[in-house]
Amino acid sequence: MKSAVIVFPGSNCDRDVQIALRRSFGSEPAMVWHGDEDVPDADLIVVPGGFSYGDYLRAGCMAAHSPAMREVVKRAGAGVAVLGICNGFQILCESGLLPGALMRNAGLRFVCRDVHLRVENTETVFTRGYAGGEVLRIPVAHHDGNYAADPETLSRLVNENRIAFRYCDMGGDITEDANPNGSAANIAGILNEAGNVLGMMPHPERLADAALGGTDGRAMFEALAGKIAA
Amino acid sequence: MSASTEITPELVAEHGLTDDEYRNLLTIMGRAPNIVELGIFSVMWSEHCSYKSSRHWLKRLPTEAPWVIQGPGENAGVIDIGDGQAAIFKMESHNHPSFIEPYQGAATGVGGILRDVFTMGARPVANMNALRFGHPDDAKTRHLVSGVVAGIGGYGNCVGVPTVGGECDFHHAYDGNILVNAMTVGIADADRIFYSAAAGIGNAVVYVGSKTGRDGIHGATMASAEFDDDSEEKRPTVQVGDPFTEKLLIEACLELMATDAIVAIQDMGAAGLTSSSVEMASKGEVGIELDMDRVPVREEAMTPYEIMLSESQERMLMVLKPGREDVARAIFEKWELDFAIIGRVTDTQRLVLTEGGETVCDIPVPPLVSEAPLYQRPCAAPPAPAPLPEQTPADDVPIGDALIRLVGSPDLCSRRWIWEQYDHMVMADTVQRPGGDAAVVRVHGTQKGLAITTDCTPRYCYADPVQGGRQTVAEAWRNLTAAGARPLAVTDNLNFGNPERPEIMGQFVGCIDGMAEACSALDFPVVSGNVSLYNETNGSAILPTPAIGGVGVIDDIERMATVALLPDADIFLIGETTGHIGASLWLREIGGLEAGAPPPVDLAAERANGDFIRGCIADGSVNACHDLSGGGLLVALAEMALAGDCGAEIALDPGKTSLPHFCFGEDQGRYLVATADGEDLSVRAKAAGVRITRLGRSNGDALTVAGHPPISLNTLRNAHEGWFPRYMAG
Amino acid sequence: MKIQVHVTLKNGVLDPQGKAIERALSGLGFDGVNDVRQGKFIELEVAENDPEKAKAAADEMCRKLLANTVIEDYRIDLG
Repeated sequence: MKSAVIVFPGSNCDRDVQIALRRSFGSEPAMVWHGDEDVPDADLIVVPGGFSYGDYLRAGCMAAHSPAMREVVKRAGAGVAVLGICNGFQILCESGLLPGALMRNAGLRFVCRDVHLRVENTETVFTRGYAGGEVLRIPVAHHDGNYAADPETLSRLVNENRIAFRYCDMGGDITEDANPNGSAANIAGILNEAGNVLGMMPHPERLADAALGGTDGRAMFEALAGKIAA
Repeated sequence: MSASTEITPELVAEHGLTDDEYRNLLTIMGRAPNIVELGIFSVMWSEHCSYKSSRHWLKRLPTEAPWVIQGPGENAGVIDIGDGQAAIFKMESHNHPSFIEPYQGAATGVGGILRDVFTMGARPVANMNALRFGHPDDAKTRHLVSGVVAGIGGYGNCVGVPTVGGECDFHHAYDGNILVNAMTVGIADADRIFYSAAAGIGNAVVYVGSKTGRDGIHGATMASAEFDDDSEEKRPTVQVGDPFTEKLLIEACLELMATDAIVAIQDMGAAGLTSSSVEMASKGEVGIELDMDRVPVREEAMTPYEIMLSESQERMLMVLKPGREDVARAIFEKWELDFAIIGRVTDTQRLVLTEGGETVCDIPVPPLVSEAPLYQRPCAAPPAPAPLPEQTPADDVPIGDALIRLVGSPDLCSRRWIWEQYDHMVMADTVQRPGGDAAVVRVHGTQKGLAITTDCTPRYCYADPVQGGRQTVAEAWRNLTAAGARPLAVTDNLNFGNPERPEIMGQFVGCIDGMAEACSALDFPVVSGNVSLYNETNGSAILPTPAIGGVGVIDDIERMATVALLPDADIFLIGETTGHIGASLWLREIGGLEAGAPPPVDLAAERANGDFIRGCIADGSVNACHDLSGGGLLVALAEMALAGDCGAEIALDPGKTSLPHFCFGEDQGRYLVATADGEDLSVRAKAAGVRITRLGRSNGDALTVAGHPPISLNTLRNAHEGWFPRYMAG
Repeated sequence: MKIQVHVTLKNGVLDPQGKAIERALSGLGFDGVNDVRQGKFIELEVAENDPEKAKAAADEMCRKLLANTVIEDYRIDLG
């Protein structure tokens, strides 16, 4: 299983993702510069977190137009798994691979803390390592994580089971207090129609190492590496 | 200011030069200066750049140890952390700009200190900060807190370096002068450290980073003067930071540093192109010639004066080896940063600037630097602190009530509101997050950890500068020790009022003497630092605030302690308790009094107690530990209980002092530890000659002192977590 | 010529920044401020002299980059 990580000017979490992938895939991910439309063959492409282009104008809007992203859009259309984390989620929305948009947090401040996520859909290549309704503890760190979409889009996401994760409390209940940024329906991560593209605001790569306080994020990379039986 | 501007006495004074300093300038130049030359002398001889009021006294600080690779004098300090690696770190102040424009002042402070570290070849791995604000009731405080925290977060988060901790205090003395001290720690290979001494006659002098604009001209002179009622108009002198460009600059510079192209490199900070070119030439004992026409500018018709004094951010100056210019250019073009060869290294030891082929400045460098004014300003002994009365109103307050009020007070409550705005986890190496004694970041790819802390107790320094100076260093040393680290070295940020007042110089010299004693006794040398003077408004000064940033090494992060109380453990107090309430937070918050001498620091006891603790953490027998500071014993225990979500039942024997004094006195050199094997710990402590007192056991959901009603953790937590969010919501 | 672009949130999209500004103005004693929406102003200096062509180009710039049409509207003025 091969993986690739797209690196933009201002990406910060590319090294963190590289380490998580190396550990789970057992092979070195290809680190692809944004200006390169020659994205190597990969079973998984990750668009990492950070502040591509400083989040200037709108988070992710300039990165979405890079040559590498044009190629990622094509690959996604061909069924390759694409994972967007934090700024990556913002880039996937700006590039049209996912619906809706990520707006300024409702509290208006940057938020960095652990949150709890309920796994809503375990039938995807990203989440088959988790049990249905499982509650994970994963960190968020963002200023613009407030997921917004029009009512029809939100309905479609619900009806088509395309919400991958929702913010919840420790017991798995979806509450306002558990929502760090005001996202509609406590949405923390969503899928495209075909289920091969996932965008999520929390950082699974930051909790894939016991020394950092937990490994709830690791199952995602293990599932993607094909290590968890479908 | 054009080339033909007449140099009048008024102009000289406006540039901050005294009559004596100007006479000295004339002797050095052998003629009257032109405006560009006057501007350069004025910034190089400003307090901020020349340290004229402090340089003499800073020599008293110990700066050496076997593990110190580079002490003060370079962009940052460098220490050996083993296995061929070095930690590079420094703290710097950005006080005056942050008061005027809190977001950008704080942001550019972070930007500046990051550059000081990566210019030496280190990838920055952690940021910290020490903040002092006015009293919460002061009209400006809320706005300043909000802006400064947003600015630190806005810059640090975007650059992708975790901000892992810091400290924040409130006091009326800072109402008109807040303090924003920013610290960065980076890691480099010990045999690939980059210095700033220019070398190689004929080598290219290269400018990289953002274009130069009119930002912050005379920022250095603003930092060298008090505020007065006209300070609002100084707004244009605050620079705007671009953290995206800084991130690109970090990556490009580190990429270039991995090749063999760089002879010397320096960031452009205060006084921009002037200070960087002069310092590089001075250190290398060479000259530098710069062509103003080649400097990348973003404004029309910039004059040499403006170009040289601009404090536009995110710029570096480098000297490259011959033939390496193209390799370097390609790297900076890939990262979309300006790259320009703007001059050459010469053998004249003069700074020569040209524009349109004409020379517009010609200054001999060695006397510019060596003749910088050096003052030994008069010092006066500070007044004795207000005497401590026999009885205070606080003595009658039940200890439970006092504890709840203390943990909910501005200086002791949870700072979660602040650090949840900082990305403290990016780079995936943060092993201890904010909220403990020290932050710990794993040295990437190893099992080693770097422990980092910032500390200062200004109220002690005000009451007795020498004891306060000792305590500042001792507390940083204790905080690192409590996490299990070997404290290695210190960076200091000395924030004081107007040095032209003898009592302020008295505070300064006293604090330095105290710090020097502690650094020496604890083998904890100063390797870098910064002095910020003139923190006064209309004659009212800040408390003396010698902030310390300490760095230590944890050999194995599996052998580390946190402050979280573990259940079913024996709780012990290490160290002597006399119930010292002078200058304590309990006396101030509960008794409404700022009085008394600060607690004395016994450096031998600090050493003995700390070495004992560190040994127990290293062999795994202790992993819950907290040093005692503001609020004393009961506050420290409450902090451990809240961190571990576990209560405790203890019995206290106050001996010769009263119970409240025993509970809240701030005797130094003390730690709380919790361990499963209390017997063993007691035996070992006695063998080491360390005072140990068993207090009780951890369990349940309340803190109970025998003979007093239990205090529920929920009540404590509500008080602890409640103050900051409520205050900031207005 | 100069082109001025105003980008605003679509009606109905919650604007927490606008709300915060409204509260702050009220706190400063400005009564009767009933609604605040915060947007962006972008000024472009373009070489194109023909107003029709310039406006068309600006429109395409807005759709492709300057505005996120999922949640934002835009208005173009030629200066």
